[in-house]
Amino acid sequence: MSNTLLELSTLRKEFGAVVAVDDVSLKVGDGEFVTFLGPSGSGKTTTLMMVAGFQKATSGSMTLGGQPLDPLPPYKRDIGMVFQHYALFPHMTVLKNVAFPLEMRKIATAEIARRVDEVLKLVGLPDHGERYPKQLSGGQQQRVALARAMVFEPRLLLMDEPLGALDKNLREHMQIEIMRLHRDLGITVLYVTHDQEEALVMSDRIVVFNEGGIEQVGTPDELYENPGTRFVAGFIGETNFVNGRISSVSKHMAQLDGPAVLRGRISEGLNSGTAASIAVRPERMRISLPEEKAPPGANTVTGHVTDIVYLGRSRNYIARLNDGSEMTVLVQANVHGLEAVGVGAEVQLSWRPEDSKILAAG
Amino acid sequence: MLARMKADRFMLLIAPAVGLILIAFAYPVFWLLLRSFSDPVWGLHNYGTALGSFIYLKVLWNTVSIAGSTTALCLLLGYPMAYSMVHSAALVKKLLIFVVLIPFWTSILVRTFAWMILLQPNGIINDMLIGIGLIDAPLDLIFNRTGVLIGMVQILLPFMIFPLFSVMARIDTSYVLAASNLGAPPVKQFFRVYLPLSLPGIVTGSMLVFIISLGYFITPALLGGRTDIMIAQLIEQNISEFGNWGLSSALAIVLLVGTGLMFGIVHKVFKVGPDVRTT
Repeated sequence: MSNTLLELSTLRKEFGAVVAVDDVSLKVGDGEFVTFLGPSGSGKTTTLMMVAGFQKATSGSMTLGGQPLDPLPPYKRDIGMVFQHYALFPHMTVLKNVAFPLEMRKIATAEIARRVDEVLKLVGLPDHGERYPKQLSGGQQQRVALARAMVFEPRLLLMDEPLGALDKNLREHMQIEIMRLHRDLGITVLYVTHDQEEALVMSDRIVVFNEGGIEQVGTPDELYENPGTRFVAGFIGETNFVNGRISSVSKHMAQLDGPAVLRGRISEGLNSGTAASIAVRPERMRISLPEEKAPPGANTVTGHVTDIVYLGRSRNYIARLNDGSEMTVLVQANVHGLEAVGVGAEVQLSWRPEDSKILAAG
Repeated sequence: MLARMKADRFMLLIAPAVGLILIAFAYPVFWLLLRSFSDPVWGLHNYGTALGSFIYLKVLWNTVSIAGSTTALCLLLGYPMAYSMVHSAALVKKLLIFVVLIPFWTSILVRTFAWMILLQPNGIINDMLIGIGLIDAPLDLIFNRTGVLIGMVQILLPFMIFPLFSVMARIDTSYVLAASNLGAPPVKQFFRVYLPLSLPGIVTGSMLVFIISLGYFITPALLGGRTDIMIAQLIEQNISEFGNWGLSSALAIVLLVGTGLMFGIVHKVFKVGPDVRTT
């Protein structure tokens, strides 16, 4: 990581008896795109609001560029923010909206005009200055909100589920656009979303929130390939879990006695004898008829197919194992030879031990 | 076809109200209009008196200035009150709404008499102020402009507070947060963002209070001075004391046309009327 721009130290926020955020510590590097990901009520938005200055931390501290952030009111923090529903001032034109932060900074009129013009070009709305927010489409309002949050060159840009109100196509388009702006301008972004796909696509690093605390921090592929907890494995992407008890631990691998003897990479702090789950992604698994021979060393379990879900470019086979647990196997459309596998068929599921991870039982 | 049937049904629904307005408003107004030109003889002489004599012009000016002061005072008192109502916790909000509504359930006559008791030279207010040594001699709080304004502001305040309240309740707090985030200190957050967004409430509330004030009778009659009178009192005087229906009708028509004109101008300027929307 490059130089630390934002540092959160043991932030805690209580609302009456409810602890909304607990012991959140994090360093965000200059120019980084960091996403807070978590279900609603996990504390991600509250943490963002504390950074913006709209919520006062019960305890803990924050620094921005090495300077303490906590004593500054929001209007002195120099942090841009894109609100969930944009919060564009309805009584001002696009030009006035974007000029607002510059006017507050008492910048000369000519300079304001130049910078507003420039930033509106940057977000692709050069000719919309005279319109009012309600005369714009959702995507255009989103761009204006971005322009307004960036025009004063804030040290940090916060985004609170900015794409939540857009439809799927526009959302994907805006994701790419925001990433482009981030890359071109080198601005540091804190992005809040509950959409794990969005987090995977856009982020340099993802901070997974759960129940007010940080569950895990990592790059998208670290989190996806190497989840540290059952929550992370279940929240990011789809994951199959099979329960059992750890029977032996070697250096990085462990053996789990469940419906079969299964091997997988072990997460830190687990010992032989503890109850655990083995997690494996549907796309890492193979489904075959029971008489077919699995590759040597592979984990194999048997069960019968309960559902087949057709998804166009792929199919999901859902199988029930003998111990009652369900596993989903994703099969790409170009895989053939499964014509005989229908609902009710006995099947064998297999995967490489390296593709699975043994996690503390939920 | 369906739309047509629907329209017919709506016509049926509004028929009683339209009928009532025709009988109780349009007919009397037409009658007044007729009288103003025909009583005692045909011509414009009633309007000549109403708009041409110094005394009547002074009463017209009194009326406008009392209505204007009442509106300004209601806005000054009502704005912070409405703001507090919108931004307080649910229970306090209910309590405040209740407090604003209580006077509504009391007759204007009773309230005006209550003010007479409170405001007279040896009334509770003067006694109290003298008692705590703030003043030596009783203040002139009644039978003058002060008394009229105190009474009218108290009675008309809810007409200011409720339109403000309903508009403010619909202002999304994120606008103010956004202003703060963009670098606006509290004073600018208010004047650049909150105030303009609450403007429809200010306009509606002010229009209501001003228009109701223009035709006020009981409160200025009981709390006001002998010479500092409003147009409604003048109309009453001309009928009950002089039986001058023609002049009274002309004054009433002047009041009606003036009110309508004002309403039209405000509607044009602010592009809002009784049907205000913030978004």
